[in-house]
Amino acid sequence: MVGYQVRWEQKSYWRNPAAAVFTFAFPLLFLVIFTAINGNGTIDLPGGEVKFAQYYVPAIIAFGLISACYTNLAFTICIRRENGLLKRARGTPLSPIVYLAGIVGNVIVVAIILTSLIIALGIIAYGVTFPGRYLALIVTIVTGAFCFSTAGIAISTVVPNEDAAPAIINFVLFPLLFISGTFGPVSSDSALGRIAVLFPVRHLVQAMVHVFNPFGGGTGIVASHILIMIAWGVVCLAISLRRFRWEPRIKS
Amino acid sequence: MAVIDVADLTKSYGDVHAVRGVSFSVEQGECLAVLGPNGAGKTTTVEILEGYRTRDSGSVSVLGMDPADGGTELRQRIGIVLQECGVDPYLTVSEVLTMHAGYYNKPLAVADVIDIVNLGEKATARVKTLSGGQKRRLDVALGLVPDPELLFLDEPTTGFDPTARRQAWDMIGNLARMGKTVLLTTHYMDEAQALADRVIVIAAGRIVAEGSPDSIGGRADADAQITFQLPTGVSPGDLPLACEVDGDGLVVVTTSTPTAALQTLTTWAMANGGELKQFSVSRPSLDDIYVALTADSIVEQS
Repeated sequence: MVGYQVRWEQKSYWRNPAAAVFTFAFPLLFLVIFTAINGNGTIDLPGGEVKFAQYYVPAIIAFGLISACYTNLAFTICIRRENGLLKRARGTPLSPIVYLAGIVGNVIVVAIILTSLIIALGIIAYGVTFPGRYLALIVTIVTGAFCFSTAGIAISTVVPNEDAAPAIINFVLFPLLFISGTFGPVSSDSALGRIAVLFPVRHLVQAMVHVFNPFGGGTGIVASHILIMIAWGVVCLAISLRRFRWEPRIKS
Repeated sequence: MAVIDVADLTKSYGDVHAVRGVSFSVEQGECLAVLGPNGAGKTTTVEILEGYRTRDSGSVSVLGMDPADGGTELRQRIGIVLQECGVDPYLTVSEVLTMHAGYYNKPLAVADVIDIVNLGEKATARVKTLSGGQKRRLDVALGLVPDPELLFLDEPTTGFDPTARRQAWDMIGNLARMGKTVLLTTHYMDEAQALADRVIVIAAGRIVAEGSPDSIGGRADADAQITFQLPTGVSPGDLPLACEVDGDGLVVVTTSTPTAALQTLTTWAMANGGELKQFSVSRPSLDDIYVALTADSIVEQS
């Protein structure tokens, strides 16, 4: 049944130009623009110096994953709740869990396509090297998808109505993206870095950068990053379960 | 056995007592209309029956199940047409119906449902391109897809033009002939009259009247009104019956014996120079009854 829902969600998703374009355009656009600006620069990673794209492509993979999971889910749920689609689904025999799994499954498919696209573009167009840490890549993507999907659902529960959705959803995300080193490194010792380390965005960015770090040894999995994302995911899941609404707030 | 059985139902939202002790039942194959002003508690009542809301007290049985925990099994057997409820705008009419059909054990064929609601020419159009009336017909179609034993229709024709309403009524009338049980909420009296076997009027969370559309609120026994234009050169005192003259210069005779009154009036008219213009005889409309029945509660609320 989840597969059935995901198929219909996919059909609908690719016909919605706004969602599809925004999810894909932003990460790809940032990738092209920032590498054009900083293409000749270098960045210090643990173990040595790499060219800018070697840092920036994994950071943008993180951004793409967040955009596909968090932003997509938050908007989809808010819009469907306010327009009564969630209520309608509730009136059918379809299990609510299956319905939501269909929505989440859809964004996972989108996330896989988007991250593959960015990796391919990074390797082909920007000469990024992938050190072959497939397990670390998969673990990081799965954990990130879990963390930022539950975050998207959790944030949707604090959005009071459709008009407030873009402001709240983006206002929470964008400052975090900037201070977390998504668009260029932010030192862990800086004030912003110390704030960023409390939130999951930085951990996804750093975990992904580490997966692509040509000097890193071992599996490429950094337990602290993964565990903090899981912790955030669990908290967001708890918030979602507690606060999820199938209908708009009663207007009085 | 009754399809719906409600006894002493109550529901409050904080300090607002939305439903205060409502009892009624709906028999197999019956169309019951629930009338009432906005905020009267009709949507709350219906949403409790549909399983969307929990009740505070009272007993509710829908198709022999408690909607509070009927879950999937109950939802297999009911169709719900909600007010202002969205549909995925990027799917086509037939795709949306096909998707929903997949949720049910014994759905109607999608093509048949499209025919019933007369959306054939829009079957391959995306939902976002439909007009308001077409969307409402899609709502009704979604309620029919499960081939439900019981169909909930919440204000199905709100926002329709008169022609579209007639078409919708024909369609809903056909459902009754198919043996479906229908629970209809509306605030159009003529809609209740056209569709319902029985009417209950809810005001301020209570049932204030119950009966057939023809008899509700004492309508069957109520006084009739005879109206006509006052002939030129005649003063109201010259007429053979007690009467009032309304603002438009129309004479209004209110009578419990309209047959005798007519005889008196027509005899007088023939003897005094002929035709009475704009002549009509009417019983109070369902609108009049409704306004009278709900007036108290509206005063109470405001």
